[in-house]
Amino acid sequence: MASSSVPKGTPNFPEYQTEEGRLKIFGFWVFLAAEVVLFSTLFATYLVLADRTAGGPTGKELFEVKDFMIETMLLLTSSFTCGLAVLEMRKGNKKGVFIWMIATLAMGLGFLGMEISEFVAYVHEGATLQTSAFLSGFFVLVGTHGAHVTLGVVWISLVLTQVAKRGLTPMTCRKLFIGGLYWHFLDVVWIFIFTAVYLTGLI
Amino acid sequence: MLPLRNGAWKWLAVAGMMMAILSGCEPVKMGVLNPKGPVAQKQYDLIIWSVVLMSVILIVVFVLFVVILVRFRASKLSKDYEPPDVEGNTFLEIVWTAIPVLIVVALAVPTVTSTFDLEKSPSPNKKPITIEATSAQWKWIFKYPEQGIETVNYLKIPANVPVRFKLSSHDAMNSFWIPELGGQEYTMADMPMFLWLEADKPGKFIGRGNNFSGRDFAKMEFTVEAKKQSDFDSWVDHVKKTAPKQSEKEYKALLKPGTVDLKTYSSYPKSAEVKEPNHGGMEHGGMDMDHSKMKHEDMEGMEDMPGMDHDKN
Amino acid sequence: MGLFNFKMPEHFIIMNNPLIIGAWISIILVSVGIVFFVTKYKKWGYLWREWFTTVDHKKIGVMYILAALLMLFRGGFDAILMRTQLALPDLKVLDAQHYNEIFTTHGTVMILFMAMPFIIGLMNVAVPLQIGARDVAFPVLNAASFWLFFVGAMIFNISFVVGGSPDAGWTNYVPLAGSDLTPGVGINYYLWGLQIAGIGTLATGVNFFVTILKMRAPGMTLLRMPMFTWSTLITSIIIIFAFPVLTVTLAMLTFDRLFGAHFFTIDAGGMPMMWANLFWIWGHPEVYIVILPAFGIFSDVISTFARKRLFGYNAMVISMVAISGLSFIVWVHHFFTMGNGPWINSVFSITTMAIAIPTGVKVFNWLFTMYKGRIETPAPMLWSLAFIPNFLIGGVTGVMLASAPADYQYHNSYFLVSHFHYVLIGGTVFGCLAGMYYWWPKIFDFKINERISKWAFWLFVVGFNLCFVPMYLVGLQGMPRRVYTYGEHMGWTTWNFVETIGAYLMGVGFMLIVWAIIYSILHEKRDRSGDPWNGRTLEWAISSPPPHYNFSRMPSRVTSADPFWDAKKRGETMFDENEPLKPIHMPNNDGMPIVLSGFMFIAGFGFVFEWLLIGFIGLLGVIGSMIWRSFKDYDADHYVQVDEIERDQAELKAALEGRS
Ligand code: HEM
Ligand SMILES: [Cu+2]
Repeated sequence: MASSSVPKGTPNFPEYQTEEGRLKIFGFWVFLAAEVVLFSTLFATYLVLADRTAGGPTGKELFEVKDFMIETMLLLTSSFTCGLAVLEMRKGNKKGVFIWMIATLAMGLGFLGMEISEFVAYVHEGATLQTSAFLSGFFVLVGTHGAHVTLGVVWISLVLTQVAKRGLTPMTCRKLFIGGLYWHFLDVVWIFIFTAVYLTGLI
Repeated sequence: MLPLRNGAWKWLAVAGMMMAILSGCEPVKMGVLNPKGPVAQKQYDLIIWSVVLMSVILIVVFVLFVVILVRFRASKLSKDYEPPDVEGNTFLEIVWTAIPVLIVVALAVPTVTSTFDLEKSPSPNKKPITIEATSAQWKWIFKYPEQGIETVNYLKIPANVPVRFKLSSHDAMNSFWIPELGGQEYTMADMPMFLWLEADKPGKFIGRGNNFSGRDFAKMEFTVEAKKQSDFDSWVDHVKKTAPKQSEKEYKALLKPGTVDLKTYSSYPKSAEVKEPNHGGMEHGGMDMDHSKMKHEDMEGMEDMPGMDHDKN
Repeated sequence: MGLFNFKMPEHFIIMNNPLIIGAWISIILVSVGIVFFVTKYKKWGYLWREWFTTVDHKKIGVMYILAALLMLFRGGFDAILMRTQLALPDLKVLDAQHYNEIFTTHGTVMILFMAMPFIIGLMNVAVPLQIGARDVAFPVLNAASFWLFFVGAMIFNISFVVGGSPDAGWTNYVPLAGSDLTPGVGINYYLWGLQIAGIGTLATGVNFFVTILKMRAPGMTLLRMPMFTWSTLITSIIIIFAFPVLTVTLAMLTFDRLFGAHFFTIDAGGMPMMWANLFWIWGHPEVYIVILPAFGIFSDVISTFARKRLFGYNAMVISMVAISGLSFIVWVHHFFTMGNGPWINSVFSITTMAIAIPTGVKVFNWLFTMYKGRIETPAPMLWSLAFIPNFLIGGVTGVMLASAPADYQYHNSYFLVSHFHYVLIGGTVFGCLAGMYYWWPKIFDFKINERISKWAFWLFVVGFNLCFVPMYLVGLQGMPRRVYTYGEHMGWTTWNFVETIGAYLMGVGFMLIVWAIIYSILHEKRDRSGDPWNGRTLEWAISSPPPHYNFSRMPSRVTSADPFWDAKKRGETMFDENEPLKPIHMPNNDGMPIVLSGFMFIAGFGFVFEWLLIGFIGLLGVIGSMIWRSFKDYDADHYVQVDEIERDQAELKAALEGRS
């Protein structure tokens, strides 16, 4: 962890200024690769089980177009505002970071709220984890994504408290940036869920 | 202390032993190396061919290994011998890539042809008999749908007649194996599968459950007797006349975990027949689930889920 | 089920068998003994500061290896019990239930809690030194990896005495392992032990991938990396792609068992054979995770003791890459007999056989590394030499198994058991031992005694062949794996008896290795100069043991894959001695990893017994530890000042002069 000279070709952004920052960002990309595998496995399982409904409700009966469209819009928009927050971060504009990040978190919470009420509604309709293989796959896939979003909200909030206390240092910037990466990643995963679970489920 | 100098010879001895064993000199007169039917014979031929091919590699490497160790031991070399500074040799490396490729091809070709052959009846021009073999914790239940009888923990088949086993399980997965007659196939609760076997001549063999299925798995041995067709027929008649009928209740009791003795029934209840699985809902029209459809939709990482296209026969 | 369920399983404390009572007594004695002596000699502070909170890759490596040896003992003990039970027909040493538990724990412990930590321990010890780095990329994460593995292993191991062991095999096939056919906590132990350790392993994969790609000494291009480092890099990639599959698979079965989901059940649309697929999509790459680093070790050791450059360096790298790629597309060979249809079986037969090609290339390259060399045979080289013929036997029988129609006859028989022991013992275990002997005088300042080690070696290798050659034969005679007994009428008695003799010889061999280590700690000659084997790569260019920052100056003359050897030939050192010393940036010790893992233990234990409240409290603790750490992050490192480095150097010099 020695040299702190910045290698050639490194972007001139605060999050890349320290050796540690560069390593951690790279490491996080690698971690995301593992996350891709994790979600791929869940998707594959879901698709294998998708029409094993065992006489229970099917996706077509359960999914509400309006609800999952709103969920999708919320998450997509939050990804956009998260990107804006990182841009503000690079400009050194702490206030901008807070505005856009809080907007991001708010939309994230909105998404979670909708997802939870969606799940609750399903359970009331008698569609639970225990009903069929299809629903086991559904709840675990979508729920894993939801758990990730929850973790993201908690994590980014905590990073924001650190930014509030310490300002935009290379270290806090690195944490913000990684939080942002994570958020975008979850957005991408959602797009797959949107297509492979909800849209496909309607057909 | 064991003098290391003799190490090379020890290796040679071990190598010799392995060769002897792998090339089948050792008298192993039972099981896989004692085929008693066309399926087992086909597999036996393939096994012997693979042993021959593998022996070539083993011999080449063992000889090189021993020679190099003997020749280039530091204690055998003069004090000022300096190993040459070589980095490799492209020609040699191509050679020892190409040779394994050839060997693999030599094994792959008969492998593929046998794989396809084993899906078919070993004697297509003879009329086969179907037997349902079901594993349950920890016993084997054999139903003869054409004869309407059932046996538990022993199996009788007509010799010289291809047998089409319909394999299934009541609970844990198991594997149905009669080494002298041919290789095994799993028995699964959610997917009946088929296995062709045939005995050349009348004889007695041992069959067994070969996939761990819980506490008394070790006890899941059964005897197999191949009888002349006429003897088989009279055995069936005898069973039909003398053995009790099996009630629904008795069948249920039989399925409960535990071990049981040999049993014979002149009938079995309708509910005991091996059913096709139905995992979908009503709206999917029950039986005609098309698993293969899903294969193309899968995500990266796992292009397909082998084990799904049953009933290919 | 429910948050406030605290139902005790029927047998919470297991005491129903003299063996287990013996285990209890020894566990209690050993724990009390440890606590007593550590307290008596006031070593708690030392242990906490120097080991429990350490982030030093060398110490973490040592802890991994120590734990692995302990697990080798546990797994070995299981093996001896099994072999005793099978020595003769119809013995009653173990009953069916105990036998089933023991073969399950044996397999799981050996692969997940012995081979993995041994390999990862050696990576920790050697890789940063081989590439000229002062630590791994994420030292705290590295410590967390170790403690997570440790907690996973502990959870798995206490199952023996608390609640009952898993008993569905290390492959844990459903529906047998589902809650209908196997209720109780045993399988839960399997799921949580593996889950927790697996997360640690995934972190290790990420860590070493980044370390190797980003932290090499100047001049060390990818194609100048030592072969063990190469194998670690490739293994890390396999880990990153394989372990998440395990995580998901275990989680799904956990959902089935704890919350009534239907991933793998027979009813409600569940799909038992999906377990076999997912398990082996992880499982086959996993066996390559434990063999490739061993290949790396053999490459380094063989070229060191043949005093010759590795033959065909590039081919060695390419073949390793090829093997890692192929390892992801062969998994079906573990269930050719599951009715996949002839097309799938044919394709997977061919991909599996194809692995033999790059493997064969490696074998020939090792042979030709020795050809015209000057072969010396100290312990690390002995294990490497024994590897070649033994692994080859495992490899060729692997190719035989790869032929699907023939596999119908070998599958699940002792033939298969022998195959994977030849590759796992002849490959992985020999490799770990070779690595341990090789790097021991790097981590410490002495070698392991040669004389005792040679006895151990011969006993072990002879015992190994005595134990496993006959298994091929009884396999062909139709003996299935995982049977707890067999009848006289099967005709398997003689070979089984021979196998048991072999197993005991291996046991004696192992005990001798332990004795050699203890003896050497007490009596072996000390030497801090750092190059006991006349080595070729960077780790031998620094003193033994290295200072905690490894390199006081960065190595600056890496011009080949054998940089230290070439420097010695040129009469140079690896360092520019005129370069002024600079303060060195190092991470602080950190208590978070062990605290986090402690919470993980609570979580795991709670979920094993399905006491959800305790499980969730543990998980909250885990998240809390991470948050705590995130706020402490700003003050997590320090500089080693120049005068301290100079003091270390002076001390080393005095030690070396005092010796001569
Ligand atoms: C030439 C290379 C190899 C080939 C062609 C090969 C082939 C196979 C095949 C076809 C099987 C499945 C057989 C069956 O279940 O009927 C198998 C099982 C196995 N192999 Fe290999 N193998 C090779 C190398 C290795 C290596 C290097 C390792 C580990 C270090 C390994 C470990 C195992 C294990 C643990 C199993 C059995 C697992 C179980 O069912 O419990 N193999 N191998
Ligand atoms: Cu495999």
